Amino acid sequence: MSIEVILVLVFIGATLLGYRLISAVPSLLHTPLMSGMNALSGVTLLGMLAVTSLTGSILGKLLGMLGIIAAVINVVAGFGVTNRMLRMFKGGRENGEDGK
Amino acid sequence: MSDISYYVLCSLLSLGVLYGIRLMSRVETAARGNQLSALCMLTAIVITMVHTDLAGSLSYIITGLLIGILLSIFLTIRVRMIQMPQMVGLLNGLGGLASALSAILVLAAGERIKTFELTASGLALAVGAVTFSGSMVAAAKLHNLMPQLPMLLKGHRFLMAVSALILTALVIALPLVHEGRIGLGVILSAVALAFGYLFAVRVGGADMPITISLLNSTSGVAAAISGMALGDILLVALGGIVGASGLLLTQIMCRSMNRRLSGVLFGVMPKPEPEVQLADNASGAEAASDETEEKPADTGASLQNAADWMAQAQSVVIIPGYGMALSQAQEKVKLLCDGFSSKGKRVRFAIHPVAGRMPGHMNVLLAEVDVPYDLLCEMDDINPDFPSTDLAVIVGANDVVNPAANTAQGTPIYGMPILDAGKARHLIICNYDSKPGYAGVPNPLYEPRPEVLLLLGDAKDSLDSLLAMI
Repeated sequence: MSIEVILVLVFIGATLLGYRLISAVPSLLHTPLMSGMNALSGVTLLGMLAVTSLTGSILGKLLGMLGIIAAVINVVAGFGVTNRMLRMFKGGRENGEDGK
Repeated sequence: MSDISYYVLCSLLSLGVLYGIRLMSRVETAARGNQLSALCMLTAIVITMVHTDLAGSLSYIITGLLIGILLSIFLTIRVRMIQMPQMVGLLNGLGGLASALSAILVLAAGERIKTFELTASGLALAVGAVTFSGSMVAAAKLHNLMPQLPMLLKGHRFLMAVSALILTALVIALPLVHEGRIGLGVILSAVALAFGYLFAVRVGGADMPITISLLNSTSGVAAAISGMALGDILLVALGGIVGASGLLLTQIMCRSMNRRLSGVLFGVMPKPEPEVQLADNASGAEAASDETEEKPADTGASLQNAADWMAQAQSVVIIPGYGMALSQAQEKVKLLCDGFSSKGKRVRFAIHPVAGRMPGHMNVLLAEVDVPYDLLCEMDDINPDFPSTDLAVIVGANDVVNPAANTAQGTPIYGMPILDAGKARHLIICNYDSKPGYAGVPNPLYEPRPEVLLLLGDAKDSLDSLLAMI
């Protein structure tokens, strides 16, 4: 199987599986869900690292650096604010009693 | 690393992220799910850095990483919960920017690129650049750096159509030409940026939740396509997940606002009528700052009636809207909630899916002031309970409780699902003014009736007068 076919199949598979899983997330958590997704789309960082190391020109390296900055903010701030928000959600009952 | 072990690793990391998302389906486990996703991402970054020869651009890469991390820490600590929509807008845009830049660098990297990679690069560049400029405009509008009202240029729809056509033509042309690809890429980016601007600038405040969700989706799609250009499975998988998530939220938002996605996409906006603008201004920045004189409703119920209702009510439902957030009245709402529950009354919150400026925004705002999440009820769960509710307190919400949505054919909100607050036995409405909400449709609940108390003015002051009576 050629890499192109694998890539397209992975895209379709991930989209369908992601759609199923995410429809189970309650609307209570939709804001943290979105910022969490921002963090995931920062995965472009992997691509940025690869293309920046390949590029030869100074302009290319600078653009690469800009892209790395953007992607890192997505990853770190995305996970950061998501964590901040999720920790705010507390149940009505006292802690330690959560459903066990 | 061999191909096989690389694929296995990518699959494992993708599964880890998917499991993390699964954990987000329950509040108790959501934080752990997020941490698991973050751990998978960190692993992927470290592995990539170890297995890529970074030597050629090491100083640029390290500098980029450091600047990015510092800015992230600053943003994470400083952002306020009410600013979350523009934060997500900003992050959507940066995701698009990164994908677009990586696509440009792929184009610049060499002459021996295959057609598949070229096509993917062109698409990633287009989607990424549209996402970037569109998100920046949306974030600027949400942050009040640009007017919140829909802005229409002369021949706006014509301009949008033309730029969309040119964009499509350029994406198709890119793999076909053999020289000057970078130049073509630059033109493509420029057109895409212009299209993103045109797309977002005509969106008004009410359609923001849809726009933000949609751009969330496209930022993921851009990442996935740029992954195809690079042959990176992890990018494709995670990008696909983000794309799916954004799409799902977009659908939910459209359904709850009774808007067709095609209408939001292609600019078939309801005409901005004068009332809409007035209402828009009123609930805008001024609402929070200026204090207005309180005008008690003429023939409606009096504060004394309300005191009786509050004393006698067994079940209370509070309906928060964006007006509450604008006047920063969350703390007071929490006090009201505590006051009721300390008297042994059952208090719950009814959250409309589009309350706030993005999906789920109101829940976050209330969680911030320690309202327990099990009191936050979704619309479909709480609507059947309204007829048996003694008292409904509406704080800064209008369109989402407007019964005209069920009856007023031809208005923008006709058919929109609403919270049936009007069915509660008694009603206290705290709102800035009695003008129609964003949708510009008068709300019949505001007509003076003996079982309705209308408190006009800043939500904080109105809540203070209620708190004094508990």
